[in-house]
Amino acid sequence: MTATIEVTNLAKRYGPVEAVRDVSFALEPGEIVALVGHNGAGKTTLLKLLLGLVRPTAGSVRVLGDDPAAGEFEARRRLGFLPENVSFNPALTGRELLSFYARLKGQSVPDALELLDKVGLGLASSRRLGTYSKGMRQRLGLAQALIGEPRVLLLDEPTSGLDPALRLDFYDIMEVRRASGATVILSSHALAELGDRAGRIIILNQGRMVANGTIDELRHLARLPAKIRCRSTEGNANILSHKLSAAAACRRVNGHTVEIDVLPERKLEILQLVTDLPVSDIDVIPPSLDELYAHFLRAEAAS
Amino acid sequence: MRNVLLIAGKEIQESLRNRWVLATTLLLAALALTLTLLGSAPTGSVAVQPLGVVIVSLVSLSVLLLPLIALLLSHDSIVGEIERGTMLLLLSYPVGRSQVLLGKFVGHIAVLGFATILGYGIAALVLGTTGTEIDSDSLLAFLTMVMSSVLLGAVFVAIGYLISSLVRERATAAGIAIGVWLAFVVLYDMGLLGLLVIDQGHNISAATLNLLLLANPTDVYRMLNLAGTSGVSTFAGVAALSNAMTLGAVTLLAVLMLWVLLPLLLAAHIFTRREL
Repeated sequence: MTATIEVTNLAKRYGPVEAVRDVSFALEPGEIVALVGHNGAGKTTLLKLLLGLVRPTAGSVRVLGDDPAAGEFEARRRLGFLPENVSFNPALTGRELLSFYARLKGQSVPDALELLDKVGLGLASSRRLGTYSKGMRQRLGLAQALIGEPRVLLLDEPTSGLDPALRLDFYDIMEVRRASGATVILSSHALAELGDRAGRIIILNQGRMVANGTIDELRHLARLPAKIRCRSTEGNANILSHKLSAAAACRRVNGHTVEIDVLPERKLEILQLVTDLPVSDIDVIPPSLDELYAHFLRAEAAS
Repeated sequence: MRNVLLIAGKEIQESLRNRWVLATTLLLAALALTLTLLGSAPTGSVAVQPLGVVIVSLVSLSVLLLPLIALLLSHDSIVGEIERGTMLLLLSYPVGRSQVLLGKFVGHIAVLGFATILGYGIAALVLGTTGTEIDSDSLLAFLTMVMSSVLLGAVFVAIGYLISSLVRERATAAGIAIGVWLAFVVLYDMGLLGLLVIDQGHNISAATLNLLLLANPTDVYRMLNLAGTSGVSTFAGVAALSNAMTLGAVTLLAVLMLWVLLPLLLAAHIFTRREL
């Protein structure tokens, strides 16, 4: 399969600030990619480089086979973008704005207007944008990004300002786009909700890419301990914690629950041990994206 | 081309929505009507003026007002959209930056042209209905005046874009726009007059004076309208200046066009290279 986005040794410098340094990756169709990093890590700059809005200081960018900064418009017809803090001219209505963007992309206007229903703005479509709430603007931003079934979607902080129900809708829409072969890049702080939805995670720190892989690959690389949480049968908590502490580092969470940190290679061994003890319930909690993120940042700082 | 028209259409739609078109048209019509009907009120008589006098009054009005309206429309076109974040989204679409600029230009000229033609046209129509005699000479002068007023607006729209593409903040653009307006509309002529008085005709030749006048688009506009036709220049006090002038109307129009083109091209050049 050919990559939809290919970035090679990409660097961008603003004066003395190196916003992006030596980043390389290739993304395939049908992937949801989470771009993770804290404020100022270079996420937005990277997205702008992919859009061709800023030119790289070094390295190269190919999006759908084109260099986006060279002013080749063909690729942009099949590209959707949702900026962070999306804003629109307050004088126009949702319907007018979406028609304008559809025409600009050379797409059918009626098809684009159907997107308004899809993002739940059907009723508000003839209201002026000045009356829209933050969540509604975000939904309209999403609708315009989806015009023309784009093959590449770049979404900067897409779920900020959305309520939980809408977030679920949002991820459903992303999943549909992914299944039809689009590459979806989303930058976010909401690591917990991204973890199980993104097929690939790219972690940026101070402009450098410190990790790139599926969440399983990252877990494997990080070798972070998983947590095994055991609930003892009535009155046996002491026995449980006593026996377990001989095998691995463990701690009492409360009167009847004990938590053990185990490295990946000892997980099965410990689980077998636990099942022979007086337990009523076992949970295995793999390291979360938050923990992985923190781990990679620490590793980067140490090196 | 399609993109240019789309962006121009959106610009016009927005100007209609936020009442820019309405306000500008009403303002120009009201002032033009006042000048037409009450132009000589300060001298004690209230009467309808001949078209020649109306043209002189309207030129003085346009020189002050149109650059101001044009700069107000255009000064935050680029920096304002960048600051609000709408430019980022627009440029992620398959549209070139020079197309964006040209589209805005076409839209703004349409707004300005509509307001000027309608506003001044109303004044001419009212004059016609009062039975004032209008010969073909002054009618031509009137048409020239209206069209060159739109062109003068275009000059300052282009200058506004240039300002807007250069600065980082909207407030800076507004400040510079006011400064540019003051410099071209008020200070330049005062300075030039002062210079002529001091010089007493020793060093500044007619050719130099011509060049100095061409260096200010509002003076080009004045020369075009006040000295161009004999029917008008008799009413215009500045006719003394025009004695020395040897520039034809075509040259003056060409210079005004150049005043549109150069800032526009420069703005496009800067905007295309600007990083968001």
